[in-house]
Amino acid sequence: MHKFILKRFLMLIPVLLGLVFILFTILHFAPGDPAMVIGGEAATEERLQEIREEFGLLDPFIVQFGNYMWGIIRLDFGVSWITNNSVGEEIFARFPNTIQLAAMGVTLGLLLGIPLGILSATKQYSALDTGATVFGLLGVSIPNFWLGLMMIMFFSVTLGWLPPTGFGEPIQWIMPTVAIGTGSMAIIMRMTRSSMLECIRQDYIRTARAKGQKERIVIFRHALKNALIPVTTVAGLNFGFLLGGAVLTETIFAIPGIGSLAVSAIQARDRPVILGGVLLFAVTFSVVNLLVDILYAFIDPRIRSQYR
Amino acid sequence: MINTVETAVKPNRKKGQLGAIWKRFKKNPLAVAGLIIVSLLILLAAFADVIAPADGNIPGYNRQDWSRQRQFPSAEHIFGTDNVGRDIFHRIAHGARISLLVGLVVVSVGMTIGVTLGSISGFYGGWRENIIMRFIDIILAVPNILIAIIIAGALGPGLINVMIAVGIGAIPGYARIVRGQVLSVRDQEFVEAARSIGANDFRLIRKHVLPNCMAPIIVEASMGMAGAILSAAGLSFIGVGLQPPTAEWGAMLSAGRGFLLAGYWHMTLFPGIFIAAIVFSFNMIGDGLRDALDPRLRGASFSKRKFKRVLAQRAARGEEGGRA
Repeated sequence: MHKFILKRFLMLIPVLLGLVFILFTILHFAPGDPAMVIGGEAATEERLQEIREEFGLLDPFIVQFGNYMWGIIRLDFGVSWITNNSVGEEIFARFPNTIQLAAMGVTLGLLLGIPLGILSATKQYSALDTGATVFGLLGVSIPNFWLGLMMIMFFSVTLGWLPPTGFGEPIQWIMPTVAIGTGSMAIIMRMTRSSMLECIRQDYIRTARAKGQKERIVIFRHALKNALIPVTTVAGLNFGFLLGGAVLTETIFAIPGIGSLAVSAIQARDRPVILGGVLLFAVTFSVVNLLVDILYAFIDPRIRSQYR
Repeated sequence: MINTVETAVKPNRKKGQLGAIWKRFKKNPLAVAGLIIVSLLILLAAFADVIAPADGNIPGYNRQDWSRQRQFPSAEHIFGTDNVGRDIFHRIAHGARISLLVGLVVVSVGMTIGVTLGSISGFYGGWRENIIMRFIDIILAVPNILIAIIIAGALGPGLINVMIAVGIGAIPGYARIVRGQVLSVRDQEFVEAARSIGANDFRLIRKHVLPNCMAPIIVEASMGMAGAILSAAGLSFIGVGLQPPTAEWGAMLSAGRGFLLAGYWHMTLFPGIFIAAIVFSFNMIGDGLRDALDPRLRGASFSKRKFKRVLAQRAARGEEGGRA
């Protein structure tokens, strides 16, 4: 088991190195003059030349990449070309907001998705099931950025109940959480439903019923335990998916997170910030996926026993 | 290559298969609804020039009329007008062209590249597989939308660039499906037999591997249409995709966003409904196809057969069965 975890963990390293290399290459050869980004449109040719020398922009590609990698290894992500702030400080200061947003989204998804999925499965083909299915399908299809806008329109503009932007106060968490969590709620609901339906048909459920066990206990103790195993995977993968969703959600609600930082950096062509932000995203995403795999092996005794 | 017997028999068999697939597909009301919505949107895109006729050098849907800016929906402008007085419905009709085109190109290119990479890595293994699979791991290490934003941001605005940006994220799905399929048939006897009569790798892949994974590929393609359209809209929304004055749905949302707090809801509502509808429809079609193409993959969805089976089970358990 430890060997498996270690191996999977070590496999992340070449992937992340490859990612940095590809991103660096794309951004390096993208059209546009980095010196112009740093110095601004109004900079004189002399000033631009100074900047090129100062930031090592005249070095060959491989030297620039090497310098960047050397920085990364020492956890130095460089300074923003626009604000001159340390990229490391900036991304780690914003990181908690992004994680919190994604975590709240997944929590919402689990809190509503699992009960709805169970209800939907135990009352299969009822009006409630149909309603939940349609709702679930709508949930995965509605763009989260549009849902966010519509909520701002309704709750902030029309009703005036909720503040349209910001992330400081708990009341400001409501709309972003719903915007980002609806999709994962829908996915978790569908997964719970189908997994539950499969479990209910198993022989051991029939046995439990045959021995006269109460339906409630059959569902919650016998069926749910097994049905939730694939749901954990989906919930974990959703956490990663929500990190992606955070990119747009943060932009809409003006939340100071990594997603909004990355978007504004991309718009401004601020290479160190783009690289730092995306790298942090990738590390989080990969680590979460890895943890989900480990968790999956850990909670399912059938798989756990294979590693003993 | 194809002998006469094969050509004589094939059409019939294909027809029967398609018929059976269609029969299963149409039992799923949501999938049929999706198909209808997509057909309507295709018609809307096809007749966009009739609905919003061009006017001299200026396309009709791009004609600005400052005397009628930001009008709410009315009989004359069913979805209202935007901040420079353009009819929102007309722009949505033209936006349908862009969204469908982006989806179609992204899916076809992503599929071609993905299938090729998947076949190569499955068939040859070794260093080729290593390189390809690591490349796919790298794509999968970053949320799709973020990859698209970075690439679109780096390449600059434009339709082709949007397609490239969104298309990169479409590759891994197909590659994984095909690779898995190749690995499962590579060492089977019929492949060996085909090889021994001189079939080359290309023919093996085309004749023996792809037919076996058509079902998941088609499903992936349908869901991929939804994903690609959504990503492209997201790109335009944050301003790295197609730029105004292009009538793209995400760009329209982005333009409407600035007027949302002032109460002009129609500028964001209608483009968003169309994005949601097209994404919903392709997801539904994908879901329906999954069940119709390969009953073994059947997920949780409506079907009469399943309904009857459950009824029978409930009857067997002595419950009063059926739909509430």
